Amino acid sequence: MSDATSHEVDRRTFLGLGVAAGAGALVAACGWDGGSLVRPGLWSISRVNDWVGENILFSPTRLARSYPPSERSAALPSYFISSTMPMLRDPAAWRLRVDGLVEQPLELAIDDLMRMPRVSYTVKHHCVEGWSAIASWHGVPVSAIVQRCRPTKAARYISFASFDADYSNGWDMASAMHPQTILAYGMNDNPLPASHGAPLRLYSPTKLGYKLTKYLVSMTFTDQRPGGYWEDQGYPWFAGI
Amino acid sequence: MTQPIATNEQNPRPLVRRHHWIVRLTHWATVIVLAGMIASGLQIYEAYARFGNRGGPYFVSPFDGTQFPHWSRLGGWLAGALNWHFALAWPLTAFGLLYLGYLVRSGEWRALLFRPRDVPGAIEMTKYYLHLRREHPPQGKHNPLQKLAYTGVIGLGALAVLTGFAIYKPTQLAWLTALFGGFQAARFWHFWIVWIFVGFTIMHVILVFAVDPASLRAMLTGSYRGRFPSHE
Repeated sequence: MSDATSHEVDRRTFLGLGVAAGAGALVAACGWDGGSLVRPGLWSISRVNDWVGENILFSPTRLARSYPPSERSAALPSYFISSTMPMLRDPAAWRLRVDGLVEQPLELAIDDLMRMPRVSYTVKHHCVEGWSAIASWHGVPVSAIVQRCRPTKAARYISFASFDADYSNGWDMASAMHPQTILAYGMNDNPLPASHGAPLRLYSPTKLGYKLTKYLVSMTFTDQRPGGYWEDQGYPWFAGI
Repeated sequence: MTQPIATNEQNPRPLVRRHHWIVRLTHWATVIVLAGMIASGLQIYEAYARFGNRGGPYFVSPFDGTQFPHWSRLGGWLAGALNWHFALAWPLTAFGLLYLGYLVRSGEWRALLFRPRDVPGAIEMTKYYLHLRREHPPQGKHNPLQKLAYTGVIGLGALAVLTGFAIYKPTQLAWLTALFGGFQAARFWHFWIVWIFVGFTIMHVILVFAVDPASLRAMLTGSYRGRFPSHE
């Protein structure tokens, strides 16, 4: 191999291998979560994926499959971010606060919520970790709350806050208005247990588990996209499934 | 000093154009992107290293509870790995569609697609590799076993993307998830497709160097000076 073409080819081969090695080294060097160089880019793409999930793949009317109660899983893991299980000192004094961009702010006790329209379903829970489990949930649709508090036209999001340290989640209005999005006060035919967010938690089979705020204290309507406990650390914001 | 005529006699094969730039670009881009997909996938797997609803029953899998070595994982933790995985899914799908589009437009799919009429040829090739026949069977651009492998790996790529969507949106794309047997079954297939890919890649690289080293240069530069024809 002594002609000019062969040298040309060798150089191109060498360059090709060099580019591949460079890309490999780059990935190896920022192995963690992309490092400060790549992470912002990854987060931007994650926002694009949120947009696709919200505007193209999400249907406001399609219902998640429901199962007969006999198919309930033996156990559904749960967690909280506080060091001990969050418990109310005085459960009777608990109220759900509905505020923000609404015409009628509300303070609702569990009895008030139980007198509102009731939805019950047995659905599959999907955790971002990859596990799934089937359970029954009983509660009032978020859409029924919306009817009562009448959000203003500017309201596009809801921030759900808890008394589990600073755990919270931000939701888009369309997902919140889905018929299977409920404020659950019951699970598997019993009152919601403390381990699963008593006295009230958000539930929906169209979102990953980490979007389903437990230990609720308030829902605030806003025009700014609210962050959330895991979302602010890099987990997808929309998290629709 | 080498005389030009002697060189020509030693190397009488002409240099021919074998791979279009789209084929070369998508081939090497897929190598890099797929490596990132697999590495971030192994990090994601760690969060729930088994298949089946909580409480079981679980699918039989030798990797139950396995934590893959640190060097093989990308993303550092679950959120980092998910962001890599969902970002790389775009170029993986885009390069895949670009490649398929090229195959269809150029008509090159004819040289790649394994069809029933390739079965006898595949048997002859198998005999050759098992040393049950002495001479290499005549072939076009690809021999029937190559066609089988390439057709299979393209189908596998499509399955990897489809099972990925089935896991990504099991409620919105419930029909797709059901097609693969449900959410946990889709995870199972998505995971096992990786090991078939890895097996394919090992065989592919071994065969390139053992049978047709000139094809490596062809995939890099597009030009081929090897022992096999470049057209059907």
